[in-house]
Amino acid sequence: MREVAVIGVGMNKWGELWEKSHRRIWTEAALAAVDDAGVDRVDAMYVGCMSGGLFVGQEHLGALLADELGMGPIPGTRVESACASGGLAFRQAYLAVAAGAHDIVLATGVEKMTDVDGGAATYALSTAADQEYECYQGITFPGLYAMMARVHMERYGTTRRQLADVAVKNHAHGMFNDLAQFRMKVTAEQVMGSAAVADPLRLLDCSPITDGAAAVVLCPLEMARKLSKQPAVRVAASAHATDRIALHERDDMADLASTRHAAALAYKQAGIGPKDLSFCEVHDCFTIAEILVIEALGLVPRGKGGAAAGSGLTALGGTIPVNPSGGLKSKGHPVGATGIAQIREAVLQLRGEAGKRQVPKARWGLTQNMGGTGASTVVHIFERALGRKR
Amino acid sequence: MIGPVRYWREIPQRYRYEAARCSGCGKVFFPPRLVCNACRGREFKPVILPQAGTLETFTIIRVAPTGFEDQAPYAVGVVRLADSVKVTAQIVDCDLETLATGQKLRLEFRKVQQDGASGVLCYGYKFVPA
Amino acid sequence: MEVGIRGYGAYIPRHRIRVEEIARVWGADAPTYKRGLGLREKSVPTPDQDVITMSVEAARHAIRRAGIDPVKIGAIYIGSESHPYAVKPSGTVVAEAIGATPEIHCADFEFACKAGSEGMFVALSLVKAGQMEFAMGIGADTSQGAPGDALEYSASAGSAAYIFASTQLVAVCEETYAFMTDTPDFWRREYQFYPRHGGRFTGEPAYFKHTLSCARGLMKKAKVKPKDLRWAVFHQPNGKFPAKAAEELGFTAEQYGQGLLSPTLGNTYSGASPLGLTAVLDVAKPGDRILMVSYGSGAGSDGFIWRVTDRIAKVQKLAPQTRAQLEDRPIYVDYGTYAKFRGKIRKLTE
Repeated sequence: MREVAVIGVGMNKWGELWEKSHRRIWTEAALAAVDDAGVDRVDAMYVGCMSGGLFVGQEHLGALLADELGMGPIPGTRVESACASGGLAFRQAYLAVAAGAHDIVLATGVEKMTDVDGGAATYALSTAADQEYECYQGITFPGLYAMMARVHMERYGTTRRQLADVAVKNHAHGMFNDLAQFRMKVTAEQVMGSAAVADPLRLLDCSPITDGAAAVVLCPLEMARKLSKQPAVRVAASAHATDRIALHERDDMADLASTRHAAALAYKQAGIGPKDLSFCEVHDCFTIAEILVIEALGLVPRGKGGAAAGSGLTALGGTIPVNPSGGLKSKGHPVGATGIAQIREAVLQLRGEAGKRQVPKARWGLTQNMGGTGASTVVHIFERALGRKR
Repeated sequence: MIGPVRYWREIPQRYRYEAARCSGCGKVFFPPRLVCNACRGREFKPVILPQAGTLETFTIIRVAPTGFEDQAPYAVGVVRLADSVKVTAQIVDCDLETLATGQKLRLEFRKVQQDGASGVLCYGYKFVPA
Repeated sequence: MEVGIRGYGAYIPRHRIRVEEIARVWGADAPTYKRGLGLREKSVPTPDQDVITMSVEAARHAIRRAGIDPVKIGAIYIGSESHPYAVKPSGTVVAEAIGATPEIHCADFEFACKAGSEGMFVALSLVKAGQMEFAMGIGADTSQGAPGDALEYSASAGSAAYIFASTQLVAVCEETYAFMTDTPDFWRREYQFYPRHGGRFTGEPAYFKHTLSCARGLMKKAKVKPKDLRWAVFHQPNGKFPAKAAEELGFTAEQYGQGLLSPTLGNTYSGASPLGLTAVLDVAKPGDRILMVSYGSGAGSDGFIWRVTDRIAKVQKLAPQTRAQLEDRPIYVDYGTYAKFRGKIRKLTE
């Protein structure tokens, strides 16, 4: 297998993009990545999208979007793994390049969530859970994560305040991300006082409904310098693991086993451990998710995730910044695009181009993108660019 | 909405709690499936789930999905039945203020959802205080 | 061949509303209503409870007491005036839920408040005719009274299920009788949400004429007098009518008290006298004879005389008892919640 690098990244400003259609949102981000890389062709394209069908009635995205890019008849492949669609699309692109099937590959993600009303959007998202044995009963996604939160709180003493601290931290980071959906500070009191959604989770514990897309360009590492002026960021590891889809089927409802497995595989591939990481971009679809993820990644011991945000451990400037981009909470969560945006952030950080949210001396970055309540996780590890500015 | 066919197909589970026990390792599956995810076995024996259990975790849904809006707030929990099978279901006829993990519950037959004013009525199981 | 009840079961929802609360909203004088109707409170079904759900639970209790394999039940007849579907029988869902399918006869019954007792009669008769070993008759309702109407104080919810057989009976059926005429005392037209009634016309020419005629015809046919019977159960639209009927027939409060649930249960319509009978069976002793006379508007009454057997003591505790359910952890609601539960107020939907 060949070594693979990322040579271009692109994203649009995320939010409620009323004027822009699904395909227009995607094409803007795709072109931004292609232009950032400075390449004049791509050989294949992957697009992560959870549900073009339920949100805008559009499937067959691989073909549609390859054409929108003006680069037909290249192979276009739509990848789906609920909220991990973007990360999985990147993995498919990585595998194609590593295997030698293609050289320049575009890995993208997109979701257009605001053309349907809230109820329809919630329904589309709920297809990530077990339809017949979870959703049939009247559970919602916030409800599922709320149940995970209760287990963690009762077992380890994690507090309601500690959940809020994750939102506070990520919003503070998002202030430095000009493409984030929500660029505003929030206080713990505001989080805890926001509308109740599913006890103990409140509105500001939950990532938003967002329109947006992101894209990255991959190529073989050995071709990177020839193809692009951008400092190449090496893909040091790519891993994917699954778990039982229904929360009640998990061996431990407060353990993200698929993240643990994928992370272990990734650390092994990269030849590093959690202590070597400079930063992480993780899947904070709900505040409790970040707490569970950092435990599963081994950044903190099991049960100790609650204190990390409030203590500054995982804040910018802390020992292991988590979600310097603002995370899903502040940046937004257009489902299929999230995994790619995480990777874009990792690349910017490792290039030294993250501006006010730059993690100093960033060398190793990890991205973790998760589907549903953890039935699938995709983890990537990236290593500092060659010839990067400091 | 779920429609009559998907509803009807799960009736043995929704009405009668029909599950399957792996003949190889004894793990119980609800609903039944073709392959045991513990030992990869493919032989199963039918079993009926026990109808009493203990509440392992729960939430109070305050923003409900389409079709359940009029029920909010309502409790949904994961209950461990004997045989170590856990199921997700609503908890009703209970005081939402005092609901707590560890509470003893039992299954009762209830209407779970309905497809508007003219669609099919969908029945199934919920938990009530034991 | 002796035929009768082999198993019986009851189900009462746990939510309640007091007469005072209904009276408060409509500006009525609660003490007058309570005295006049002999009612204090009634059961309220939650939106996820209906004739089907209550009948499943009552049927499960009956199966426990009957000690049979439900797949052997040859017929199921649920009588109600609030079947959840206008077309698609409640009986199919209940039969499927209790594991009685597929070799089973079924259709739903309607005859106002006596649909349940008619279902019982037909099920019993199929066993008597030798058509099948076991048959099930259920009376259940979640009926409605129009807002502010007198019936709103009493219309409640509950279900009683019976399994009839010719073996291991808990009560033998000694005699049956029916008395029916076309009397339009209470009715509901198709597509109407609430029933209508003839006010005082529902008394003498309706409830009393049929109940008393049926009881007298039954006792004459069986050659018994009230003093020969231990218990009497009547249809109970409120707490007053059944007491008056019983006393007019010569029964004492001690005889009709146990089976009179309506003061705290309300009127469970097709479930009323069937539930009253379950409350009596819960405490009956071997040899006790029970008179049961239902009443359904429209109008008619079904009468039964049951004789309790030795087996009764073995089954009474095998499932939740009726008065125990009536008293177990009631949950009181206010009128607004009650109106929402009963669909009397609804959100505007597309």
